[in-house]
Amino acid sequence: MLRFLLRRLALAILVCLTVLVVSFTLTRLSGDLAVAIAGPNATAEDVAIIRKNYGLDRPLTVQFVDWAVHAAEGDLGRSYQYRAPVADLIRDRLPVTLILGLTGLVIALLTAIPLGVLAATREGTLLDRGIMLVALLGQAMPSFWLGLVLIIWFGLKLQWLPISGVDTWQGYILPGIVLAFSAIPALMRLTRAGMVDALASDYIRTARAKGLSLASIVLKHALRNAAMPVVSIAAVQLGFMLGGSIVIETIFALHGIGYLAWESILKSDFPVVQSVVLLLALIYIALTLLADAMNAVLDPRLRAV
Amino acid sequence: MNLSVRSLATTLGGVIVGGVLLVAIFAPLLAPHDPYAQDLMRRLVPPEWMGGTPLNPLGTDQLGRDYLSRLLYGARISMLIGTMAVVTSGAIGITLGVLGGYFGGRVDDMVMFVITTRLSIPLILVALTVVALVGSSLTVVVLTLGLLLWDRFAVVARTTTMQVRNLDYIAAAQAAGASRVHILLREVLPNIVSHLVVVATLEMALAILLEAALSFLGLGVPPPLPSWGLMIAEGKDYMFFSPWVIMIPGITLFVLVLGINLLGDGLRDLLGAGRRV
Repeated sequence: MLRFLLRRLALAILVCLTVLVVSFTLTRLSGDLAVAIAGPNATAEDVAIIRKNYGLDRPLTVQFVDWAVHAAEGDLGRSYQYRAPVADLIRDRLPVTLILGLTGLVIALLTAIPLGVLAATREGTLLDRGIMLVALLGQAMPSFWLGLVLIIWFGLKLQWLPISGVDTWQGYILPGIVLAFSAIPALMRLTRAGMVDALASDYIRTARAKGLSLASIVLKHALRNAAMPVVSIAAVQLGFMLGGSIVIETIFALHGIGYLAWESILKSDFPVVQSVVLLLALIYIALTLLADAMNAVLDPRLRAV
Repeated sequence: MNLSVRSLATTLGGVIVGGVLLVAIFAPLLAPHDPYAQDLMRRLVPPEWMGGTPLNPLGTDQLGRDYLSRLLYGARISMLIGTMAVVTSGAIGITLGVLGGYFGGRVDDMVMFVITTRLSIPLILVALTVVALVGSSLTVVVLTLGLLLWDRFAVVARTTTMQVRNLDYIAAAQAAGASRVHILLREVLPNIVSHLVVVATLEMALAILLEAALSFLGLGVPPPLPSWGLMIAEGKDYMFFSPWVIMIPGITLFVLVLGINLLGDGLRDLLGAGRRV
């Protein structure tokens, strides 16, 4: 197990370094950043001043090393738009995105696991088909559109829930549901497939032969085995959800890091953009590493590798 | 699942995808109006069944452009993005996956590293940044999505290549002195293609949804092009009083993606490409 985890850790570190390069290079795609920052009405002198002040006249490699060294120390540079350290901006906004992501994950798991279990125990029945149909419909739903439809229905027609901002905790409900929607189909299919396999296995036959109740068989024996891949995929899904929350945050006007990134992209505030890209990538890498470690601990077969 | 229900679902998927493809090809013949022609005197006319006129069966948008015509032309953008992104990402992903799966060792380590790096990069954020910096156009969106969406192709191509690598017919080809290129293209690829077709449908659906999301955020296909995502974005300000402006393109998008997924599920069963997880 140790060898497996060390290999994964080495890979993760290598990926981190590459992501550092990628997030830096990404913002240099436009060619001349000084022109982009100066805006359409700037004169040649303005551009030259900006280039000098922001250190954009230095060679790219020098700029990169400068950024990478500071980033490693936790200094992500200064935002042009807010005239404040990027690290402070992110620290202020990150909680909103994390709460949103976790809300989405909890809603997704609370929906996907019971439905997946239910579908598996009634395999082949109308109920099973109905549940799988819901998964199929959910997969085809454009999340930004679902967000708007929910805003019209719940926020305006029924007036049950707040439709923008997070002044109260209820503000997280609608965005959480929309975010969960993107993860539910995959988690549901995975739970169902795992349960179908588990229910057909020998140890379940033994449990049945012992005369245990169906509830005990399903919840105590089958689910424990079926849940393993679901738990590790859930960590990965959380990573995707944090990355995908940019769309949801803009629709519901949640001031998390997704919204911050979107604003910064529109205003060519590239120190913020490259920092958010880097941060989301690092979170994803950490989550997949965690998922692998969990798998290794939970599944004895992996420990031998 | 029951065979008849399955084949019905697959047929439905095929009809939807085929129908949208035909609409995309014949949009100029089918559209009652020019999708770009504005009529500022006739803005936000509701659809015919909601008190509109037969002149604009699905109403008009905030600039008085015929909604049905824009919707029909929008099919072109979605289908174009879907197919081109799949072709680009397929070429990248399959090449990487087959090489890693066949050669193993260092080559495979390298491929796994590239896949892991790609997966760790936040998709929507990077796509938005690229489009914002390079400039929004249909080509940029297609290329950006194509260059980002190859991960699932690579993962599936790699695993399936590993499975066929040690089979007898590969050994036979090697013994017969076939070149590596021959083995990869003529022996490996045909035997994993059924799995890749299923991935292609998933990626096509994803590319279409992502284009809509990027256009919705204002950094995808530029106006006045009639992208469905852009139509939803433009209708957003009027959705409280005229909900149909976002319902019509949204439902169309939903139905197309559903059709592609149904077709993909059907192909998976038909080609025996394994269970979906």
